[in-house]
Amino acid sequence: MTDLIVHIIVPVAIFSFIAAFTLFAVYAERKIAGFVQDRLGPMETGKYGLVQTIADILKLLQKEFITPAAADKVLFAMAPVVIFVAVFIGFSVIPWAPDFIPADTHTGLFFIMAVVSIDAIGILMAGWGSNNKYSLLGAIRAIAQMVSYEIPVGLSLIAAVMITQTLNLNDIAYLQGIQSPEPIYFMGFWEVSHIGGIFAWHIFQAPHLLIVYVIFFIASLAECNRAPFDIPEAESELIGGFHTEYGGIKFAFLFLAEYAMMFLVAILGVVIFLGGWNSPLPNVGGLLLADWTTGLGWGLFWTILKSFTVVGVQMWIRWTLPRFRADQLMTLCWKVLIPAAFVCMAISGLWRIMIIL
Amino acid sequence: MVLKTTIQGFLTAVKGLLLTVRHLFAARKARETLDIRDQDYFQQQQGVTTVQYPRQQMPIPEVARYQLEVEIDDCIVCDLCAKACPVDCIDIQSIKSPNAIGKTSDGSVKRLYPAKFDIDMAKCMYCGLCTVVCPTECITMTNQYDRSTQQLTDLIYGFSEMTDKEVQQRKEEWTKFQAEKEAAKKGS
Repeated sequence: MTDLIVHIIVPVAIFSFIAAFTLFAVYAERKIAGFVQDRLGPMETGKYGLVQTIADILKLLQKEFITPAAADKVLFAMAPVVIFVAVFIGFSVIPWAPDFIPADTHTGLFFIMAVVSIDAIGILMAGWGSNNKYSLLGAIRAIAQMVSYEIPVGLSLIAAVMITQTLNLNDIAYLQGIQSPEPIYFMGFWEVSHIGGIFAWHIFQAPHLLIVYVIFFIASLAECNRAPFDIPEAESELIGGFHTEYGGIKFAFLFLAEYAMMFLVAILGVVIFLGGWNSPLPNVGGLLLADWTTGLGWGLFWTILKSFTVVGVQMWIRWTLPRFRADQLMTLCWKVLIPAAFVCMAISGLWRIMIIL
Repeated sequence: MVLKTTIQGFLTAVKGLLLTVRHLFAARKARETLDIRDQDYFQQQQGVTTVQYPRQQMPIPEVARYQLEVEIDDCIVCDLCAKACPVDCIDIQSIKSPNAIGKTSDGSVKRLYPAKFDIDMAKCMYCGLCTVVCPTECITMTNQYDRSTQQLTDLIYGFSEMTDKEVQQRKEEWTKFQAEKEAAKKGS
């Protein structure tokens, strides 16, 4: 019985977190956009426009369900659900704090990669089901982009997994801090198992993992259709891409999925490369900063703080860089990121052999 | 080739990112609202530009190209402004007076009553030609620009202060004068 209640509470809690995060993130996004462009962003609804997104969601919830006459009704109605569920299930294997994980599976990373790929099918369903040329164009672009960028994401994750030797995200996070079961080396020469902090993170454990993280970050931006890789949505060319025909609560779900995906790739990058729940503060002599800032509460705090920072960087990039052209997008993926990821994977293999020797 | 363009791309991306982050942090303060005639008007390049209009207003000169205003006591009803108007938004009807009515503040003699002096602000294109031709400078442009209304007819401003009764009386006076003149002409 207790198990059942826990199994209900956990998804509800994660959903509430995602919903709250989305509201907060949309507000933050609009404010950042404003400040970057020397504007103020939303200011009218509530103090500093704080309740603007709540007003927006209330408006969306009240809207009528409109299905275009020529749309494929089943696909059209199912697409937002498929898209959101694909992203939402990904959260089930993400650790938030030491051993604080909805499902502690040995194949967590593989599971995420498999489940998040379903997102692409959902987007194609949305685009095809709308029976609208702009939606279909957007969906086709999205598929081409997401399938291509799955490869650098996968390769960069493999490069990291070759170092960690586990697919369990909980264990991967353990390997980057003072609680690590194995000795950790900063750049391969300085043992930091008891110092921890920022030096124990995967991006600093081997020099090439920093490049791997950059590859992962760029490819994950494309995975979640964020600018500068937002050609599937491309408001200025395709009206809204695959979600042109959506309105009301269905649109709200697509939006929720987009922001959930942003947060998912941010937290995945944090868990695998940026130390997960581990504190960035190292033990310095008698100051046991890492020991003091490790625990359930601290773990949650660090995970969320790091993820929000990564999301902030995603927004910062969105409001700086212009959109890629479709051919540039593919060039970047196939000619730059994939070869670089392959080289990093090879280095990872050699690195592992050196460590064993 | 690919390597070179990639490195170039990353460098320019970093350059752009640094530029935007500088603006992001500069947004902590708003730009001061300066008068357009201020020396440093174009010097401010950092900070939020938004003016939150109804609560904040930009300073503007007292006589700017905004809504028209007529000082009807100074008007000699010469109709020049209506003739100068490119969009014909000024509608003037005058009634002749048998004798001089009075003097404007600059000393011109008034011989006509302004029965109607309407300016349709919805038609006005704010060119300011009417203010240039006015011999007594009674028609001016003010610093008022915020005049939104629910009805289009509210934008027709009537500047004539004469009541219908007064108009009627002045008309009768003039017809009487005409008739008297006519009679005098016949008599002589």
